[in-house]
Amino acid sequence: MEARTASRDETGPRRLPAWLLGLIPLLLIAGAVATFALLDGPGLSKRTGPPVEELAVERTVLKPGEIKLSVRNDGPDAVTVSQVIVNDGFADFTTSKDSLGRLQSADIAVRYPWTEGSAYNVRIVTSTGATIDHEIPVAVETPDSDLGFYGLMALLGFYVGVLPITLGMLWLPFVRRIDPRWLRVLMALTIGLLGFLAIDATLEGLDVAAGGSQALGGTALVFVGGIVAYLILTAVGAWLAERQGGEGARREGGHIALLVAIAIGLHNLGEGLAIGSAYAVGALALGAFLVIGFALHNTTEGLAIVAPIAARPPSLRRLVLLGTIAGAPAILGAWIGASAFNSSLAALLLGAGAGAIVQVIQQLVPTIRENVGGVQRVLYPASVAGILAGFAILYATSLLVSV
Amino acid sequence: MLASLAPALGAGAVAKLGGVSLTAPASAQDAHQHAGAPTPAAPVHHHGKALDHPGFKAGQSVDHAANGFHPTELLRDFDHGTTRRLASGRVLREWELVARDKEIEVAPGVKFPAWTYNGRVPAPALRAREGERLRIRFGNGSAHPHTIHFHGIHPSGMDGLPGVGLGVIQPGKSVTYEFEAEPFGLHLYHCHVNPLAEHIARGMYGAFIIDPKEGRPEADEQVMVMNGFDTNFDLENEVYAVNTVGFAYMNDPVRVRQNELVRIYLVNVLEFDQINSFHVHANFFDYFPTGTSLEPVEFTDTIMQCQGQRGILELRFPHKGRFMFHAHQSEFAQLGWMGLFEVS
Repeated sequence: MEARTASRDETGPRRLPAWLLGLIPLLLIAGAVATFALLDGPGLSKRTGPPVEELAVERTVLKPGEIKLSVRNDGPDAVTVSQVIVNDGFADFTTSKDSLGRLQSADIAVRYPWTEGSAYNVRIVTSTGATIDHEIPVAVETPDSDLGFYGLMALLGFYVGVLPITLGMLWLPFVRRIDPRWLRVLMALTIGLLGFLAIDATLEGLDVAAGGSQALGGTALVFVGGIVAYLILTAVGAWLAERQGGEGARREGGHIALLVAIAIGLHNLGEGLAIGSAYAVGALALGAFLVIGFALHNTTEGLAIVAPIAARPPSLRRLVLLGTIAGAPAILGAWIGASAFNSSLAALLLGAGAGAIVQVIQQLVPTIRENVGGVQRVLYPASVAGILAGFAILYATSLLVSV
Repeated sequence: MLASLAPALGAGAVAKLGGVSLTAPASAQDAHQHAGAPTPAAPVHHHGKALDHPGFKAGQSVDHAANGFHPTELLRDFDHGTTRRLASGRVLREWELVARDKEIEVAPGVKFPAWTYNGRVPAPALRAREGERLRIRFGNGSAHPHTIHFHGIHPSGMDGLPGVGLGVIQPGKSVTYEFEAEPFGLHLYHCHVNPLAEHIARGMYGAFIIDPKEGRPEADEQVMVMNGFDTNFDLENEVYAVNTVGFAYMNDPVRVRQNELVRIYLVNVLEFDQINSFHVHANFFDYFPTGTSLEPVEFTDTIMQCQGQRGILELRFPHKGRFMFHAHQSEFAQLGWMGLFEVS
């Protein structure tokens, strides 16, 4: 008996092709589901309990005499938009689609004589009488998405992204001349700067995600974006290292600088998104103050790019390229944010920015290692001071730019 | 940069305010006036008129046939029941009311799971004469326990109160309430089962009119029950109305004749809000609170009622045209409690 069992165990799997073995569990699952359906398992053919109606407002556009909401069905059941109440009064409206299945979206254009600066509560009444509320804290006309508007957004992105980073990179001659020990402190400072940005982006992402549609993942998207960006950058870093085959510190520093630029670029994409969307909803009223704040804030990011390549600076062309990679996404972000803001996308991008930064920090950590009392240490008084200084600088400058 | 930001940020929207002309015909369809006996007309849609008046989504109307009642028909629908003379010579008046759960449409496309008497909200406007013997047979066909609590003067056992007399009527059971018709005036009846707010807000209420022995002057008589619906069950009303359907008399105005006496039996049953009110445009009315006196107490154009309060309004329209009436809580008006008289 035992012998037969043993032999079957050895030979059995060999008789079946591998693909079939891989398929068997799936077939069993399909069979189980089919049986469940045949038995008319509860909840399969007919929903038990009252419908769950959820709509997430993804975008609000205000035009004279009109409030337009883009909504997505977040819940498990279909939702029919039957009426709209604006500030305790029914209002006329049109919809691109009355009945929304799961994850479907529609535009609701409400005719309403709104006035600038007032607050509005838009309440969507479904066919079952359930209501979904959307607040417009301050009504401001949504800017037209014409060429001039995109130009303005590009200019805004340039001022908060490309320009300050490029200016920050002008610290390169300075960092080249300083003592290696001071350079390590500077690198620690960079780690502090980036660490703050990672926290900032994560919190911002969680905030945006919590306020938007939950159907596509909600706050989970921040972490999805972060992990994806981290893994991709790690793979890119490994590929670059392999391709350049250990040609010494210069190459090493070069590819770290590139990774830093990419990470900061992803971060600035999220930042641009925040600026663009804030502008589109009229929340960006700080104007000059905000632009100056962002410029100061982002100048330090330029330093983070050049610090790793202080040993052997690359060509001017390469520097410009690095600055563009890091700064230009702010322009793209501003465009997306102002014209097609979507909380799920924003959460994903902000998460990606944070993940990329974490990856870069990981790359930078070995560069601040110092021999302290015969032991290689990352955290020693000077490096800790540098990291904390980086935190302090971005904390202070971020106070200027809370969008 | 900053200079280019400033004008863009400062660019404000100029809100368009629609011209408000309340007596002008609201649409081409309404321009031809309906003479003769008021009948429920086809609903008139106000396409593209949203900025003139608050209203529902254009081009939609409630399916009155599916509801089983039409606000324009309810307006002049008085249920006199059946009568016979008792040996004593007194009149015995009898009605039959059945509690039923029914989904009704209170705004175009918005369904409300109502609890009703006789499948309609408001319930039939029961009408009797002072001094008659009244007998109301009540069957509970609803899934929930109910009663009928009448306002009026009657023995405690007939009060429709849980734990007293006939008490709570369980589903499938039936009872008979019997009492005298007194005092004359305008009263109401409603379910009195706990939780009280829900049993009322779900739709179990109606007007109860006791005419004085000597009667009242001939008039175009109408019954208006001011109510509301908490469609999302957050203890606040989403839809306000007279006779259930929001804006019903905006789309299908109450048609009356010039100089004819109009008598409105006005009852407030609105739950969740402290008060309700009635205001008529470009006219004044005599007000008889609770209708218990034949002398009016006030000549006014606006009155206020708390829940359960009611009164009779008498007025004549000296001018032809359209005259709005609505709650003078603008919020209620915008949420459906708004209508028009059309005088011809």
